[in-house]
Amino acid sequence: MRVALFVTCVNDAVYPATGIATVKLLERLGVEVHFPPGQTCCGQPMFNTGYRHETEPLVRRMARVFAGYDHIVTPSGSCAAMIRDNYPRIARKAAAEGGDPELTEAAQALAPRTYELTEFLVDVLGVIDVGAFFPHTVTYHPSCHGARLLGLGDRPRRLLAAVKGLELRELPGAEECCGFGGTFALKNPDVSAAMGTDKVRNALATGAEVLCGADNSCLMHIGGILHRQDAPTRALHLAEILLSTEAEPHV
Amino acid sequence: MPVPPPPTRPVPPPPTPRAFPEAARDAVRDTTLRANLRHATHTIRDKRARAVAELEDWQRLREAGKRIKDHTLRHLDRYLEQLEAAATAAGATVHWAADADEANRIVTGLVKATGEREVVKVKSMATQEIGLNEALAAEGIHAYETDLAELIVQLGDDRPSHILVPAIHRNRAEIRAIFRERMGRWGRPAPDDLTDEPADLAEAARLHLREKFLRAKVAISGANFMVAETGTLVVLESEGNGRMCLTLPETLISVVGIEKTVPTWRDLEVFLQTLPRSSTAERMNPYTSMWTGTSDDDGPRTFHLVLLDNGRTDALADDIGRQALRCIRCSACLNVCPVYERAGGHAYGSVYPGPIGAILTPQLRGTTSEIDASLPYASSLCGACYDVCPVAIDIPEVLVHLRERVADQGGRGHRAEKAVMRAASWVMDHPAALAAGERAAARTRALHPGRPPGAGAWTESRDLPPLPAQPFRDWWKKNRT
Repeated sequence: MRVALFVTCVNDAVYPATGIATVKLLERLGVEVHFPPGQTCCGQPMFNTGYRHETEPLVRRMARVFAGYDHIVTPSGSCAAMIRDNYPRIARKAAAEGGDPELTEAAQALAPRTYELTEFLVDVLGVIDVGAFFPHTVTYHPSCHGARLLGLGDRPRRLLAAVKGLELRELPGAEECCGFGGTFALKNPDVSAAMGTDKVRNALATGAEVLCGADNSCLMHIGGILHRQDAPTRALHLAEILLSTEAEPHV
Repeated sequence: MPVPPPPTRPVPPPPTPRAFPEAARDAVRDTTLRANLRHATHTIRDKRARAVAELEDWQRLREAGKRIKDHTLRHLDRYLEQLEAAATAAGATVHWAADADEANRIVTGLVKATGEREVVKVKSMATQEIGLNEALAAEGIHAYETDLAELIVQLGDDRPSHILVPAIHRNRAEIRAIFRERMGRWGRPAPDDLTDEPADLAEAARLHLREKFLRAKVAISGANFMVAETGTLVVLESEGNGRMCLTLPETLISVVGIEKTVPTWRDLEVFLQTLPRSSTAERMNPYTSMWTGTSDDDGPRTFHLVLLDNGRTDALADDIGRQALRCIRCSACLNVCPVYERAGGHAYGSVYPGPIGAILTPQLRGTTSEIDASLPYASSLCGACYDVCPVAIDIPEVLVHLRERVADQGGRGHRAEKAVMRAASWVMDHPAALAAGERAAARTRALHPGRPPGAGAWTESRDLPPLPAQPFRDWWKKNRT
């Protein structure tokens, strides 16, 4: 099985530990992971802000870079949703504006082969217990794009519940948006911060040591508020928890 | 019957519209408003979820509603002509209004022709959209809102802040104060010993409004649906004030957006299930009134139907944006929206607030003003609105579509933003440049302040993460190749 890792621009530049954890976790489960170096960004920041034409070269790039792989796995629900939901839309709009068959082909080729990490683990590899050990209290924040656009459902929770030593605590109002929303956090900073502050209040109410998620963009926002408040809870990507074992505990 | 003095207060001028982020900033800091909104939206959100869960075929009803509306919109010209013919045959007089001014001119003229100076109104989004009350006031005609929440808003010189619960931003204590202070100026005053118990407040409103119902000769309504095959209009409501307005007066004037058409009575079967559950979380709303033209034996002797365009055919021409016209005004999207919950309805600067307002208003009014251009960005694209919409309007899709329109037209902020996005796109299309940038950032990370200047909006309440020693791609190169 040729599996390519799409690490996402945020993970690459700011959270390499998530990418490293994804690689090591998949390798532990017997997957041969490739990292095509030509990858950069799925284009979500541009597209969601209204710059579709600026996104088109990145759609072509992504399709070119990931051609030939059976599966593309990414530890980000929103980037996976960008490729699955929005690439076909971008292609349709381009076609309506006079036709770009290359773009349509690129989008169609990529979308069905792209998986968010927990989908890949549960649906493709068929594992729930990944052999992890993480002796901490954890609460899980289901990021909107993963939960709503991809329909991840209880996959992340099932994976977490199978981790030895881990005590999973339900997050009140879990399905409510944390307020990140890409450039929304910059364009509407007050509402964004109010949403994030409420999310943090709910997380702290669980008393969990770790708030876990499957999308570092949201975790950057929530973690930034936790850090500012000197809160006892820290934000951590799910891949890093799943990598942790008794022999090699996550620091 | 005591006759109150004519109202003397001038209709307040519309507030200066401000772009969404600025208007929302004040709302976020108003702790009473946020508590009122949080309590109300969460209560109805939970009730709605329970009411919807009762129906096993909810997703099929949702799909059916979507298809009926899409079909009707695609053939709207034909159905509108059928509606006009059927309504006229039943005794209605049909008027066509291209925009707000024309609609207001028609309605004002019709009221003046009756010689009346007062009208009663059943809550109507369309008449709020066109500013009908203000237009009538300018001609010396007073319009009394008879919906409880609309009454609270009107007495308080306020603006509605929710599609279904226009006074959602007010709590009981505030409502008591408004009734005590203002009711007497418009008619029967509130009792001296009025408490803030809901039953007492409702009784005070009931007595105050009864005078208006019994005196009014002219009523103005909207409609939830218009059935093309028979020319029948349908209003769903909870308080009975609508039924009073539709049956007691001699003249009835209904102002309805053209998109409210459905082809047949059979189509109502779907919406009479989905609308009450989505809006008030009830299995069925208490009052459903349907009327077809006029009758010699009962109800108004004269019935005028004003069909309102006001930007709707423009929206219809947009193949992605037109899905907003499927909206049945249930307000489920408002009650579930985390942005609406914090910002409140007034921040949207439009009678249609919340997620649906953010896509409907810029289509009806255009995106040239600062506020209309800011509305498509008033969302984190979380998608909760799409999940609850009973006619499956993909609101996030339309938001991004309208953002493209705003970004294309340039204007404040967007020229600079476009340059940034182009630059980002170029870097992302050149992996070597991206890697070099990442390495430079990693090398100099000890120099990066935790709260860098220029990132003020972000760092006012959040810290930025420290940059790692090396980006992922360098780790890969070192460890896996």
